[in-house]
Amino acid sequence: MSSPGADETEPWPLWEVFVRSSRGLSHLHAGSLHAPDAEMAVRNARDLYTRRNEGVSIWVVRSSDITASDPDAKGAFFESPRGKEYRHAGYYTESEGVKHL
Amino acid sequence: MAPAATPTQRKDVDPVEDPAGRARFDELITADQRVEPTDWMPDAYRKTLVRQVSQHAHSEIIGMQPEGNWITRAPSLKRKAILMAKVQDEAGHGLYLYSAAQTLGVTRDRMTEDLISGKAKYSSIFNYPTPTWADMGSIGWLVDGAAICNQVPLCRASYGPYARAMVRICKEESFHQRQGFEILLHLSRGTKEQHEMAQESVNRWYAPALMMFGPPDADSPNSAQSMAWNIKRFSNDDLRQRFVDMIVPQAEVLGLTLPDPDLKWNEERGHYDYGELDWNEFSEVLKGRGPANAIRLERRRQAHEGGAWVREAAAAYAERRRAMAEKASAEKVQAA
Repeated sequence: MSSPGADETEPWPLWEVFVRSSRGLSHLHAGSLHAPDAEMAVRNARDLYTRRNEGVSIWVVRSSDITASDPDAKGAFFESPRGKEYRHAGYYTESEGVKHL
Repeated sequence: MAPAATPTQRKDVDPVEDPAGRARFDELITADQRVEPTDWMPDAYRKTLVRQVSQHAHSEIIGMQPEGNWITRAPSLKRKAILMAKVQDEAGHGLYLYSAAQTLGVTRDRMTEDLISGKAKYSSIFNYPTPTWADMGSIGWLVDGAAICNQVPLCRASYGPYARAMVRICKEESFHQRQGFEILLHLSRGTKEQHEMAQESVNRWYAPALMMFGPPDADSPNSAQSMAWNIKRFSNDDLRQRFVDMIVPQAEVLGLTLPDPDLKWNEERGHYDYGELDWNEFSEVLKGRGPANAIRLERRRQAHEGGAWVREAAAAYAERRRAMAEKASAEKVQAA
């Protein structure tokens, strides 16, 4: 018995579920689940993650299809914005007390 | 073959010792930050979590049975709908937790097999039978109440996926406890027979519920390490005390008594004292010799085996759809 992307120890692939709680908001990661295909994943996600009206829309994506930044290279990869406080409004203090600025 | 690691899941292999990884791990724990699946972690940490999270998942799944037992006999349509929602929640909680355990590299099938074969443990509380309707009240009030005491601190557990699952679970559990309390309140204020049924049920569940927090601190060898890793935040005895302090006034509201002659307010400690628990019974039930262990496992095995054709059909359908889509796209390429 095999299904797409499956192996002997795990007949159903893992899916990541994203739920939009109401119109105008982003889909947020809610959790993961097992399902044989995308359609079943969406149905299972509805039963598992929206039993109390938590969502108006669901996305599912195969966990194996996600590309992530290298977790071991956190420091170097996110190095660039560090030390660049001038990218934040709080860096500019001399305008304090001036209205509408 | 073990499943490959993904950004959301690590491989099922013992981490190779890595001094930089260990330093980073220690740093995260010291700073009370969260560890995520792809971070380096000591093997013992991973194994402890796999054991704890999968046991927790099994408890939710087995926990559906004592209550599922009463769905067809609930006293009203309202109570039946509530009970069904609650049992469905338990299934959901089991699935959140299985997913969290999977991020540590263990497969779902392996966990299911370990449960059915009796290798894996689950909370001993679910090995007690539910002979009366009042037991639905006691389970909600006492069993879910104790579970909440245990679970709220787990929302801050150091392992991210576990903590996140617990946040979701705790939100849903509060309805469970309140509906149980309400069942007992209605029975207690009902006829003499109903009141007696509520009292008899509370008498049976009180001690097993107190034992849900695990053995006394002196006999809980793994607790210290779990607390050092920020998985566990409070000791078994501390949580048990917190629970006792909570339920004594609640029992008064219910108009029911708790079956413990040693239960009394201790002015000096600022807590209720409670009587010695029968830890021999606890260990017997944990070893599989409780009143309902055999029934629970057999029922779970039957359900798993009985559902095999559904899983196979779903996988076959998915495979066929994939093959058809592949063929269609090949034909499209040829036609172009």
